[in-house]
Amino acid sequence: MNLGASAQRERLRGAGGQARYQTAGPDGRRSTLLPRELLWIALQGLRQRTLRATLSALGIAIGIGAMVAVVGVSASSQANLLAEIDSLGTNLLTVTPGQTFLGANEVLPNTSVPMINHMSAVQNAASVYQVSGATVLRTPYVPKEQTGGIGVDAADPGLLKALGGRLTAGQFLSSNNDAFPTVVLGAQAANTLQIPNVNGRLQVFLGGTWFTVIGILKPVVLDPNLDSTAFIGLPAAERLFQQQPNPAEIYVRANVNQVTQVSNLLAPTVDPQNPDGVQVSRPSNALEARAAAKGQFTTLLLGLGAVALLVGAIGIANIMVISVLERRAEIGLRRALGARRRHISSQFLAESALLAVLGGVSGLLLGAIATLGYAVAQGQPWVVPTYALIAAPAAGLAIGVIAGVYPAGKAARLSPTEALRAT
Amino acid sequence: MSLTPNQAETEDGVSIRLRGVSKEYPGGVHALRSVTVEVGAGEQVAVVGPSGSGKTTMLTVMGTLERPTSGDVRVAGWDAGSASDQELAALRAHEIGFVFQDFHLQDGMTALDNVANGMLYTGAPLGARREAARVALDRVGLSHRLTHRPPQLSGGERQRVAIARALAKRPVIVFADEPTGNLDSRSGAEVLALLHGLASEGATLALITHDEHIAATFPRRLQMRDGEIVGDDRQ
Repeated sequence: MNLGASAQRERLRGAGGQARYQTAGPDGRRSTLLPRELLWIALQGLRQRTLRATLSALGIAIGIGAMVAVVGVSASSQANLLAEIDSLGTNLLTVTPGQTFLGANEVLPNTSVPMINHMSAVQNAASVYQVSGATVLRTPYVPKEQTGGIGVDAADPGLLKALGGRLTAGQFLSSNNDAFPTVVLGAQAANTLQIPNVNGRLQVFLGGTWFTVIGILKPVVLDPNLDSTAFIGLPAAERLFQQQPNPAEIYVRANVNQVTQVSNLLAPTVDPQNPDGVQVSRPSNALEARAAAKGQFTTLLLGLGAVALLVGAIGIANIMVISVLERRAEIGLRRALGARRRHISSQFLAESALLAVLGGVSGLLLGAIATLGYAVAQGQPWVVPTYALIAAPAAGLAIGVIAGVYPAGKAARLSPTEALRAT
Repeated sequence: MSLTPNQAETEDGVSIRLRGVSKEYPGGVHALRSVTVEVGAGEQVAVVGPSGSGKTTMLTVMGTLERPTSGDVRVAGWDAGSASDQELAALRAHEIGFVFQDFHLQDGMTALDNVANGMLYTGAPLGARREAARVALDRVGLSHRLTHRPPQLSGGERQRVAIARALAKRPVIVFADEPTGNLDSRSGAEVLALLHGLASEGATLALITHDEHIAATFPRRLQMRDGEIVGDDRQ
């Protein structure tokens, strides 16, 4: 009574719940493993060997953590630098005298700054004038040779605005005070002279005259040379030191979307007769190059992280091979219960992948925490590149699959009877 | 819901048929030498013989865990020789139950989940599997041990869990390899009674033993020696 038996079975199966069977094979049944069951048995497999699983995932976690930390730390300092550049603006250009064919220094005309200010695409321009021979000393009793590397420049009152600079204390030079012996110190210069603020109208001995310190600058990122400079007014310099009004360096703010045009026009504007004697540069370019170079430096460290990952992958493969040997009985049992070879291999592949993905995610956390620690210590923004959020688990997955291929194949090829005997 | 195992669905009422089946292992070991035997649907057969006589090999070939070197194997209407890995796996998942001498339970899992896992590869969802497992454990008298793990159970109880696992999916054939070999005589007798009782509801039962007393409880006994069937007694 084939029909009867078949009908009875269908009735029984139906009564057993919503059991559904895909139609295939001679009597319409398959050996099936639902994907969520696969994940579940993979998890069970790992839970049976928690310590070993943790240790082998740790290898991947350390490798990925190292790589995330390297990428994160460099991204954080890069972000820091770029943020500074952005806050200062990338539209700053500098004009300096070039050199003649024979190597002597050119001289910029004293009309340079007014000429540049006439350009329509220029927001403002200001110049510094090197006061050669003058030194800044705390008192006249300090030997003249101990300048502490502090240079003296005369500066246009508009310099602070052109640089986008800020003051820690006091005020900058202005048309009200630049004829008097007043000085504004760069950050490094103030530090060297041990003048932390402008309270009490401290004086310094500058070029044989007492100058009152009226302001202290914050560090100027776009041109760190200015940090170890003392600025006095041009009229004062002309009066006291017979300073020639030929600019040593002109700082030009161009309209943001016309920087290139301005850059091209500056040399002929400054010195129409000898434009080749004028050198124009864009400080933010150099800083951006430096930021990029900081990124480049990490390649070596990333390589080391990759080696750690490789070692981690070998560790996982090793653990999985041992696991297959230890679990021969389980493999045999599963085959007897109706598992296909493919079910066995996917089980071990899933275990290996799960292990490595867990390692990858923990590595991401480790690396992110390490980056956070570094960023906090350095006062930098905390940046973990977005791609790392995807790349770390994905790398884990890829490593897990690659490391699992051999053990999984080995498990699937195991003869079920041999496996059942091995207890 | 009844736990009655299904009738073997074969055209001629034959559940297992071996024709000229030989099995050779590398190294020239002839585990089976041209064995020809038929087991009818619902029949209960004991396979007896000394160690190395080929009993287990015959069982694994019948159970489609191994393919013969030569000869025809038909199990529950399927030609095991030409079937693919997928088809044989499907056959084992749905139609065949195994009971082993050393139970092969998973220690980390409850009795209920061990039994439910026996139907893992049928594609039935967990809820349905657990329900069937609960019924099967009740049938073998372990409804009070559902959440126990194998190390917390006695040998006899473990083997009853294994029997519940084999029977929960209502197979048409049950293979048992020395199921009482690791049990004391009282638990062994209980397990044997259970197998007889469940199988008498319709499934074909093939049981390996080297114990003549156990064999004597079977209506049909196959005697094996050196890879051949040397005796086929029916009562």
